[in-house]
Amino acid sequence: MSDEPLVLGIETSCDETGVGIVRGQTLLVDTVASSVEEHARFGGVVPEVASRAHLEAMVPTIERACREAGVQLRDLDAISVTSGPGLAGALLVGVASAKALALALGKPIYGVNHLASHVAVDVVEHGPLPEPTMAMLVSGGHSSLLLVPDVTHDVRSLGSTMDDAAGEAFDKVARVLGLPFPGGPHVDRAAREGNRIAIDFPRGLTTGRDMERHRFDFSFSGLKTAVARWVETRQRAGETVPVADVAASFQEAVVDVLTRKALLACKEHEVDHLLIGGGVAANSRLRALAEERCAKAGVTLRVPRPGLCTDNGAMVAALGAQMVAKGREPSDLGLPTDSSMPVTLVQA
Amino acid sequence: MLLLAIDTSTTAITVGLHDGASVVAEATTLDARAHAEHLAPNVRDALAQVGAEPGDVTDVVVGIGPGPFTGLRVGIVTGRTFAFALGLPVRGLTSLDAIAHEAWLGGRRGDLLVATDARRKEVYAAAYVLGDARADRVTEPAVSRASDLPTEARALPTAGRGPGLYAEALPRAVEPLDVSGGALADLAVRRLAAAAHPAATELQWIDPGHGFDGLEPLYLRRPDAAPAPPSTKSTLG
Ligand SMILES: [Zn+2]
Repeated sequence: MSDEPLVLGIETSCDETGVGIVRGQTLLVDTVASSVEEHARFGGVVPEVASRAHLEAMVPTIERACREAGVQLRDLDAISVTSGPGLAGALLVGVASAKALALALGKPIYGVNHLASHVAVDVVEHGPLPEPTMAMLVSGGHSSLLLVPDVTHDVRSLGSTMDDAAGEAFDKVARVLGLPFPGGPHVDRAAREGNRIAIDFPRGLTTGRDMERHRFDFSFSGLKTAVARWVETRQRAGETVPVADVAASFQEAVVDVLTRKALLACKEHEVDHLLIGGGVAANSRLRALAEERCAKAGVTLRVPRPGLCTDNGAMVAALGAQMVAKGREPSDLGLPTDSSMPVTLVQA
Repeated sequence: MLLLAIDTSTTAITVGLHDGASVVAEATTLDARAHAEHLAPNVRDALAQVGAEPGDVTDVVVGIGPGPFTGLRVGIVTGRTFAFALGLPVRGLTSLDAIAHEAWLGGRRGDLLVATDARRKEVYAAAYVLGDARADRVTEPAVSRASDLPTEARALPTAGRGPGLYAEALPRAVEPLDVSGGALADLAVRRLAAAAHPAATELQWIDPGHGFDGLEPLYLRRPDAAPAPPSTKSTLG
């Protein structure tokens, strides 16, 4: 076991300062410092607040990860770091720190794609990824359907959101319903008490021409507006808004489209494994409906546990370790950050 | 001793190495938009110039600004992480002091204003008196429009990129324009020496405890409290 690569991964693409360490496909530690509470009053992430928090948390988080894993920095085989996509200023803190580590320790550095990392992390839970794997990433920043022949260098985009990310829609609907930020967990909780067929909210890009031109793309902006309009109409009429029913019906519209398109992609590309990652993968209804539809279609569903679905350092370490194991060349010490790094570019 | 000095508060992404006697290597790139790309390679190149390994470094010093936030953080996190990885002490110095110190090293004496680019039509500025023994800072670093600086300050010879950007408000441009890693390293070595022999010097404005300025960035501005644009991420991962 000890000849498997020991890799430390750093993730700072949004508001979590994540440091994870893996040995091969074994997770040793996953340390996250979040600035989410500093952003809550703005209803969204303030980039400069996030960047300042990353700077303060960076070294203490590395230190904590090493201590908790009982790992000496000099024993690492490589450093990996999210080089994009994400918030430009936030990415820079992590990449600069990773480079300093790599340089000081004389270790190779891998600058990797955040989205590929969301896929790669599942090896620490469910073992090697079948090749190819179908991956759906749903979070506050991404809604992507990916065909993944090899997560270390071949990731293909089948579709993505045309407007809001799935998680963003949850945040905005939460605001309309007077639920706190971040919206995902609160909508999920409220929806458990509600009727998911109470209101027939629209399913974006699922009919006729849209299914030809945007077969595997998503759109949640129209849904969000429909929810807002529905709620406003009730409020203006002086009626009580049935928060649980709205939450459940909205959530159903989101997860119905997501799972429908994901399974269609599996069928058309003849892939029998579906991986769901990103923060929205923690949604209980998404998991339940995905399980039901995958079982019916004979597709094996893989969903990492919630802590590994949200942004974290372990996923970056996991991808780095797979790159080392596959003998991929490390990145240059001059590697750039790329806030809009395309998902097809696995390594910077 | 091999002291590594790093600064990314100005257009220069700059690294200096000092062996206790003199500056032995310097590596600088002028690119205000790509700090993270050039800094680590510059550290590597400076070490290579003297045939040293990272493990030969004994002290790390970083410029803590003030400077445009994004670039500034690159230098500070690089210095902090490099030092942490090797178990070295890491100290911070006000970047404007390094500019004044370089002017002093170049033989300039008398009053000096340092005014660097703060973007958003503003400058970071502090005033200095360059005496025989050293450059003393006489005003706290502040951010403002160049034209809003006191008239007597604007009349001083002014180092930094301020005069090049706001020639009307700051008419007396002098060198240097940016921080140099060598000057920062030299200043740091002098401060270390002064701290080791506090009785031998008059440490007026220097913290007599250690002669350094801590490791927190001098932002001088609060973060903009506008929510993130909707195209960027929320906290759902
Ligand atoms: Zn993510």
